[in-house]
Amino acid sequence: MNKAILPLGIFVALAGLFFYVLQQMGEGEYNPRDIPTEFIGRAAPEFALPELFDPQQQVRPSAYKGKPWLLNFWGTWCPECWREHPYLLQLKARGVPIVGVDWRDERADGQAMLRENGNPFVAVAFDPDSTAAIDWGVYGAPETFLIDADGIIRVKHKGALNETVWREKFARWFEDKQ
Amino acid sequence: MKRLLLILLLTSLSLGALATTIEVYDFDNPAQERTFKELTSELRCLVCQNQDIADSNAELAQDMRHKVFRMLKDGKSKQEIIDFMVERYGDFVRYKPAFEGRTLVLWIGPFVIFVLAVIFMLRAIRRARQQEERRELSAEQITQAADLLERPSDKSTD
Repeated sequence: MNKAILPLGIFVALAGLFFYVLQQMGEGEYNPRDIPTEFIGRAAPEFALPELFDPQQQVRPSAYKGKPWLLNFWGTWCPECWREHPYLLQLKARGVPIVGVDWRDERADGQAMLRENGNPFVAVAFDPDSTAAIDWGVYGAPETFLIDADGIIRVKHKGALNETVWREKFARWFEDKQ
Repeated sequence: MKRLLLILLLTSLSLGALATTIEVYDFDNPAQERTFKELTSELRCLVCQNQDIADSNAELAQDMRHKVFRMLKDGKSKQEIIDFMVERYGDFVRYKPAFEGRTLVLWIGPFVIFVLAVIFMLRAIRRARQQEERRELSAEQITQAADLLERPSDKSTD
């Protein structure tokens, strides 16, 4: 009897652990595709990329200091970005400044997408070689950063933006723009 | 017609494969190339499961290889490049985590478990031996047993 208690105890402990982890996985934790969020509270990395519509112009994060703004990585190859697009237009209508990064795209495709569906961005950096994407630790699109007035990254969201996500993560930084 | 289509399909597929797999890097010296190979096999492809960026053809992995190459060309050291990637993608990007307080369990854990396993095994073996010794019989018991064993055979010869 005594002998059985130790293995039984180990079994129950392990079963409990597995059950706990399964439960957490159900709530979206321990996703092997998730990588820890770096960057929160750090200064926004600087880049200088040509503008999507006007290659003579350069887009630089430092130019937007002074008030909170969003940096949105997208590409015409990314279905979630198309899904997210109408919501970005809504944010624009509320006066939220969004800078786009057209990532790993063809210039003509990116331009056509924005011409046909509307352009929610104050400026769009064109990044076919992942220069800015790697610098910002981006590994999928869409990905959206919130940079505060001092140029510090405050929020990073992976996946499409929508009203729920906005209220949960972003809204408090734009209280004047509900 | 079907066959023609198939041939066309196959050639276009293989051309596609060629277009994505061949990358030519022009290194300054063999040491730089070695560092490049080390780095790309130590950095994880973030969008694939369990592949390093040397092995993966995911677009992000290609771009990370380019980035490593450009940084090497700029004279950055191996450690500087690893630090750059960790700063952006976290420890997760490293296949070989740094040896530090936070990762101690990761590095030492398997050895601790191994040593514990050996200790348990030795104890189990010793216990089994002791039981065997206890099973051994004294001289008196052996003669008794022999008597018992011989008796029926004596009877059968009668």
